[in-house]
Amino acid sequence: MFYKETGQFKSRYKDELAAFPLFEDKIGIGILCVLTFLVIPMFGLPGLNYEFAMGAIMIPCMVFIIMTLGLNILLGFAGQISLGTGAFSGVGAYAFYKFITIFPDINIIIALVLSGLVSAVVGVIFGLPSLKIKGFYLIVATLAAQFFLTWAFIRVAWLYNYNASGAIEGPNKEMFGIIMIGPQSAGMTRYYFVLVTLIVLTWLASNVIRGRIGRSWMMIRDMDIAAELIGIRPLVAKLSAFAFSSFYIGIAGALMVFFWLGAAEAESFDINHSFLYLFMVIIGGLGSITGSYMGAIFVWVVPVLIKEIGKSVFGFDAFVMENFSTILLGAMIIIILILEPHGLARLWQITKQKLRLWPFPY
Amino acid sequence: MKKHIIGAAVALGTLISTVSMSFAEELLVPHLTYRVGPFAANGTMGANAITDYFTMLNERDGGIGGLKVNPEECETGYNAQKGVECYESYRGKNPLMHIPNSTGITLQLLQKAPEDEVPIFTMGYGLSAAAKGETFPWAFNYPASYWSQMTSILSYIDSETGLKGKKIAFLYLDGGYGREPLPLLDKLEPKMGFETVRIPVAFADSQNQGSQWLTIRKEKPDWVIMWGWGVMNITAVKEAAKTRFPLDRFIGNWWSGGHVDVEALGMKAKGYKASNFTPAGRDFPVVQDVIKHVVSKGLTKTEPDMPGKVLYNRSLFMAVVMAEAIIEAQKLTGKANVTGADVRKGFEMIKLDEARLKELGFEGFTPVIGSCADHEGQGSIFVQQWNGKDWEKITDFIPPMTDIVQPLLTEAADTYKSDKPGWKTQNCS
Amino acid sequence: MEILHMIFIAPFLDMVALPDLFFQGLWDGFVGGTLYALLALGFVLIFKASGVFNFSQPILMVLAALALVSFYEMGINPWISVALVLLLMYALAYGVERVILRNLVNQDGNILFMSTIGLTFVIIGAAQWIFGGVPRSMIHAELGFPVGSSEWPMFGGAVYFEHIDISAVVLASSLIAILAVFFSKTKIGRGLRAVADDHQAALSVGISLNQIWVIVWFVAGIVALVGGLFWGARSDVSFALQIIGLKALPVLIIGGFTSVPGAIIGGLIIGLGEKIFEIYWGPMMGGSVEGWFAYVIALVFLLFKPQGLFGEKIIERV
Repeated sequence: MFYKETGQFKSRYKDELAAFPLFEDKIGIGILCVLTFLVIPMFGLPGLNYEFAMGAIMIPCMVFIIMTLGLNILLGFAGQISLGTGAFSGVGAYAFYKFITIFPDINIIIALVLSGLVSAVVGVIFGLPSLKIKGFYLIVATLAAQFFLTWAFIRVAWLYNYNASGAIEGPNKEMFGIIMIGPQSAGMTRYYFVLVTLIVLTWLASNVIRGRIGRSWMMIRDMDIAAELIGIRPLVAKLSAFAFSSFYIGIAGALMVFFWLGAAEAESFDINHSFLYLFMVIIGGLGSITGSYMGAIFVWVVPVLIKEIGKSVFGFDAFVMENFSTILLGAMIIIILILEPHGLARLWQITKQKLRLWPFPY
Repeated sequence: MKKHIIGAAVALGTLISTVSMSFAEELLVPHLTYRVGPFAANGTMGANAITDYFTMLNERDGGIGGLKVNPEECETGYNAQKGVECYESYRGKNPLMHIPNSTGITLQLLQKAPEDEVPIFTMGYGLSAAAKGETFPWAFNYPASYWSQMTSILSYIDSETGLKGKKIAFLYLDGGYGREPLPLLDKLEPKMGFETVRIPVAFADSQNQGSQWLTIRKEKPDWVIMWGWGVMNITAVKEAAKTRFPLDRFIGNWWSGGHVDVEALGMKAKGYKASNFTPAGRDFPVVQDVIKHVVSKGLTKTEPDMPGKVLYNRSLFMAVVMAEAIIEAQKLTGKANVTGADVRKGFEMIKLDEARLKELGFEGFTPVIGSCADHEGQGSIFVQQWNGKDWEKITDFIPPMTDIVQPLLTEAADTYKSDKPGWKTQNCS
Repeated sequence: MEILHMIFIAPFLDMVALPDLFFQGLWDGFVGGTLYALLALGFVLIFKASGVFNFSQPILMVLAALALVSFYEMGINPWISVALVLLLMYALAYGVERVILRNLVNQDGNILFMSTIGLTFVIIGAAQWIFGGVPRSMIHAELGFPVGSSEWPMFGGAVYFEHIDISAVVLASSLIAILAVFFSKTKIGRGLRAVADDHQAALSVGISLNQIWVIVWFVAGIVALVGGLFWGARSDVSFALQIIGLKALPVLIIGGFTSVPGAIIGGLIIGLGEKIFEIYWGPMMGGSVEGWFAYVIALVFLLFKPQGLFGEKIIERV
């Protein structure tokens, strides 16, 4: 009823391959765009303090979506498991910090892309063992990255410019005459910057995945030997997956520190964050871009909501709520893996299916 | 299904109404807590003590200046990211100050506070350079910075064995907190003629310090100074005993000298020393008041034997400084419902001298006297020693080496602001 | 030149200069290595029997130790507490089999692995909720383990042996030996290997998959309890032990995933290697290298000898 494709005819292949072939999808995306570009920056989220809505919900959610997209490329599309996401995001953050402090006049966008590239290179280096091994073996390789890199973030004082605190801090920095990062930047500016970055990166990801490289990733994931037989080079496919994934994760890391937190220590990139990002991918849905959105938002927002509800409605203290959300998150993972390995994205598809027939199921 | 949706909607509705409830006439004093996570033992005690003190004020005096204090907690789990989230959640609610309770979180908030005009109070932790009120108008680390503390400890060592030509092992938790004194040591080594061996303990290795103590055995230092926290402390004391290091040459900083750090070891930890500025004991009138008005009435989660322990008393002291700043702010503005900016001025006017401390029931604690330029108070510390059953105060107050520390702090403060164009300072002259 | 000297000569000079220290390092590393080996064995068991890479093994260790201490603190006799913990471990094994494994039969290894990460978080939250997150002392003395220490003078210095460490080595090695025998000689052990080889073939000759899974998870729980007991005695019982337990993973890589002797040798290599490396090479790198040393060694193995020292040659490699 509300979601039907009958009557929408395509006469060219190009139309079939469009990002949003259905009219309803276009409306939906349009509404989303209006919401995110106009409504939310103007009014915030309903019932929430404006600054809180921007600083603790919207910006982190978008940053985590980019993070999840990156990990999903590796795990969901290329089938390579990684527990080093936190550290790779740190590489991006520290690289960004070095770029903007060594070259104070550098454009933020260029610095961001460069730090993504640095992260990509590091990702490829630690991805090298994936050429020989897979599955659990790779977990240990990525754990090596996780522990070694976080150690380096602390030990290599050059990374944080030898400052006493050992933290990287975002200085005030302008782009086109507007302060983009640093304590004096406005929440709304940072919001728009992250939003645009998110859209660009989503667009890039969806096209790469639909293209030649993306298909080669999925072939490697589904059956590496068969993929090799029909001419996919595992070397190129796997390493490009690592590179792409780490590029996204690196950018997300830089955004996280400089557009959201404002400063960070090595602990912002520790193994618990790697788990958090992994959960976002699993809950959202392996191998789905929509899923990355849903997973990141779900894993970030639900604990915040639970805590607020628990505190204000039931009067539970933080200790109980914190443990409760840890259990809930773990249980969600198990339940989703058992019932619906494709996560929230699959549920969304089912909903769409239902909407197509509703209210006259046959 | 429908039921669930309705349930969720109701829950969300209540949530929204509570969140958007405008602030009533009360003094909102948020403090960030960590009742979960690796340091939960210490965090829970501290959080309870702060809440207890304000509950006691509410019960006994009806709040401060006639307004009830709301010591609202926000759970961080000692995680910087969650700390920022907590900070954000208080925006627009007129928080009077922020108590990050973690050096890592402090570093993140230092930059935000001036923009939001909320003072940050970090008692006994945080960035040392924040002691410089001209550069850091919005941060306070009474009664002394880590750097001041380090020089006090060094002068204690000097008085015991002499410092020149001595080898000192510095065992520290590998994080913003533990690394704080490193730049100071760099400067002091050549100046005072001692040598340090720096031995970091990664957080993950807190409980597995075998290698660190083998290194100490290899280096044979004359003294070991520790900047530890949580379970790292007890492990270090245990390992020291294991490697036969003389415990009376092993001295912790004020976060390494709680009851929880040695109690379980009992006699095995006898001789271990630590610096402190908040003496332990239940006989202080203020502790008695808290027991009377709060603990015995069951208004708290504090276990009855907690009041009087080192860390509990320290958090009480933290709360009294917070309350004092509010009182000063109320005096200054003449109204009860003050703002963060007023409290900032209140902090600068704090005068907790011995007389005032006695009046408040804190006799024997380190006096805290602030000013516009001095946000640390340059307080003194004393050294305490574990006698197998309890902490014993073994020295008088040892002042920091002001002439050495202050120029270094100024230098550090200048470096801090040098790469931050547009950093807000104030003029105190 | 100076750097080469620092890396290749100075540490060895240090070793010779203070031999007692070197032996102390070896002993400490040996104790750690034995415990790593024990934990790694827990992984190997479950991996062999169900193809699950059990990420929750380290948290099982924390849970067992925490539960033991908490039961004791409730005033229960220490040995009855041990029995209760064993009961808890059995209940957990049963629950895991019922709720997770049974529903994920024949799934991809990655899915199973991720489900154990989920389980890890459920256990973290629940254990913290019930038992609290406060670090606590292990009750090894109450259980009758020796607590003193002895000195063994040598080369002008002395090597210190903690008695609890000696009992750790003895108990852990005997448990390893028992498990090895259990694995190769008993009926259950044979069934276990049959399941590892081919689920369907094992089913067809009448081996109950579900029963085998409960058994291996229970055995992993026992391993966790012993590991937790001694790590808890060496340091304290808290959630930080999880990170220590994770080091069993690189041990597995080095030893080979499916091999019992591999787990032992791998454990010792990591245990000894990381101690010696930390003491003699750590300071020049800024210290705290123990956190990643094991993983980097494992990484080298992955690149050059992915099947590990004793692993089966046909591993899943590309």
